[in-house]
Amino acid sequence: MSVVMAGTAAALFAIGTYLLLQRKLSRVIVGLGLLGHGANVLFVNSGRRGLPPIIGQGDPSDFADPLPQSLVLTAIVIGFGTTALLLALAYRSWLLTNDDEVEDDIEDRLVAGRGYSDLEVSDVALLVDEAEESDDIPRRRSTTGEPAVTGRER
Amino acid sequence: MSALLPLPVLLPLGGAALSIVVGRWRAAQRMVALAVLTSVAGVAVALLVAVDRDDVVATQAGDWYAPLGITLVADRFSAIMLLTAACALLAVDVYAIGQPGAERNHVGFQSVYLILSAGVAAAFLTGDLFNLFVAIEMMLTASYVLITLGGRLDQVRSGMTYVVISLIASVLFLAALAFTYAATGTINLADLAVRMGELPSGVRSALAGLLLVVFGIKAGLFPLFFWLPDSYPTAPAPVTAIFAGLLTKVGVYAIIRTQTLLFPGVLPTWLLLAFAAATMLVGVLGAIAQDDVKRILSFLIISSIGFMVMGLALFTVAGIAAAIVYMVHQVVIKTTLFLAGGMIEHTGGSSRLSRLGDMARTAPLIAVVFFVPAMSLAGIPPMSGFAAKFALLDSVAASREWWILGVAIAVSLLTLFSIAKIWLGVFWGQPDPAETTVAPGRPRPPALMVMPTALLVAATIVLGLAAGPLYDYCARAAGDLIDPAAYVTQVLGSGAP
Repeated sequence: MSVVMAGTAAALFAIGTYLLLQRKLSRVIVGLGLLGHGANVLFVNSGRRGLPPIIGQGDPSDFADPLPQSLVLTAIVIGFGTTALLLALAYRSWLLTNDDEVEDDIEDRLVAGRGYSDLEVSDVALLVDEAEESDDIPRRRSTTGEPAVTGRER
Repeated sequence: MSALLPLPVLLPLGGAALSIVVGRWRAAQRMVALAVLTSVAGVAVALLVAVDRDDVVATQAGDWYAPLGITLVADRFSAIMLLTAACALLAVDVYAIGQPGAERNHVGFQSVYLILSAGVAAAFLTGDLFNLFVAIEMMLTASYVLITLGGRLDQVRSGMTYVVISLIASVLFLAALAFTYAATGTINLADLAVRMGELPSGVRSALAGLLLVVFGIKAGLFPLFFWLPDSYPTAPAPVTAIFAGLLTKVGVYAIIRTQTLLFPGVLPTWLLLAFAAATMLVGVLGAIAQDDVKRILSFLIISSIGFMVMGLALFTVAGIAAAIVYMVHQVVIKTTLFLAGGMIEHTGGSSRLSRLGDMARTAPLIAVVFFVPAMSLAGIPPMSGFAAKFALLDSVAASREWWILGVAIAVSLLTLFSIAKIWLGVFWGQPDPAETTVAPGRPRPPALMVMPTALLVAATIVLGLAAGPLYDYCARAAGDLIDPAAYVTQVLGSGAP
């Protein structure tokens, strides 16, 4: 593996990890994409380097190892599919909340706080929102497109 | 016999395509799905009989010889897992058809469900590390769709966590594959088993550790389990049931397969035992803290993963055999418990303990189908849980790891406590009077929901009564895992030029 390729894989992993740790969903998705590409670059480099592996064009012992390349193609396709699904999910999340922040798990907060324990989960979501609105953070703007719908009504 | 091997993967994939074509006719769609899942179960029985006679059955798809081609291989371990999975998948599909909700409202349910079952079967049957990656991706991608099927806010939120964590595990898996290929020049499991011995011990430990992390995320091993109890309970009941029964077990299957075949003795026993103990304890303590039927059960999944890893960590025939018995038992039990949980939610209108009560009187049928697997989970004698747990504890005692024996017994008692918490909250007592909205009474669950659950309940009793033959079979399977010579020769020998 050449130093340049190793550096590329390392950089992709580093940037991907940084983005993954962000709170915004869109950045998480881009981060996952970069991480996947980092792994793909790593995989391509795991085989032998050499000439294009086409029979009849040179000595087979000089050929690059075609197996990792074909495997990486499969991995790229899988990554493409899952990223598309993730983007669709993020869009759905944005339609529902007008925001692409990753929220805490509500049930975890219930167990931690115990104060809300008699309320339905969606009620707590409202409570949390009210608390945040009182902190002057505008959360529920009206949308121009499809109206925002909260959890259970759907 | 080897011609049967691709069928558990190909039949569901074909069925998935067909059920999209006939999507307009819901009855035809269901017929296709049920026919496919039944025939997969039939093939699994045939495979089980075949591998118990011939040890290992292998085939090379597309006639490329072993280290390069797509190897499908069944040994005793994969055959019994495949059969158990096929039965659980069939039962849950019938339940899903009966339940108002998920399956009825979504045209794509049956085809996505079939893709999930193809992925599970492929993960059990593959003889190649990269195809294991593809199989797990196939299964997970289907599960992403199933877990967010309703598109509700809580589903999207927890589904997002689930998808992101799973994708990180996939990226790590891909990196592990790259390192493995760079080190050995192959990713065929049998070929790897031969070549792994030539590597320096540091490289082997690194690869073993990386793969343990990857499959640990999928299995919900401590400390990588946080996503599981957040995401599983939001899905519709049948979906949660099949996730609880199968998906984590595929992770455990991959851990057992790779650690026994590729890295025997590479990771120290105390390390795996420590992970196992922490997983058991955290799972059961988490379960005690919860107030919701589905969440308690989700934490108990994690606890049970600890027991399986404990059996593996001993690395004796008795330990691994007990782990396999326990896995089979857990697939049946966890599926049944979540199906019963779905019926509680259907009839009681909620799954929160504070809103439910007195169902032993109002819905005795549900009480019975919950009680039997719950007692089996706790390990009360006539049921399968007793046999599985006894075999596990016996193997631990035989290996003289006394401290983890103590942990396991304490965890079993705490499991009984958390199950009793559900029992007291749901079946005895009254709904909390302070509750503003007491759940309205609903009609009894439809027969199609009750029937598959009752069959699974019967299965746990049968497994308990037939524990002797089951354990003997699993001991033979564990013997194959400890000594993989037959596996290696069968895979590398068949079809080689």
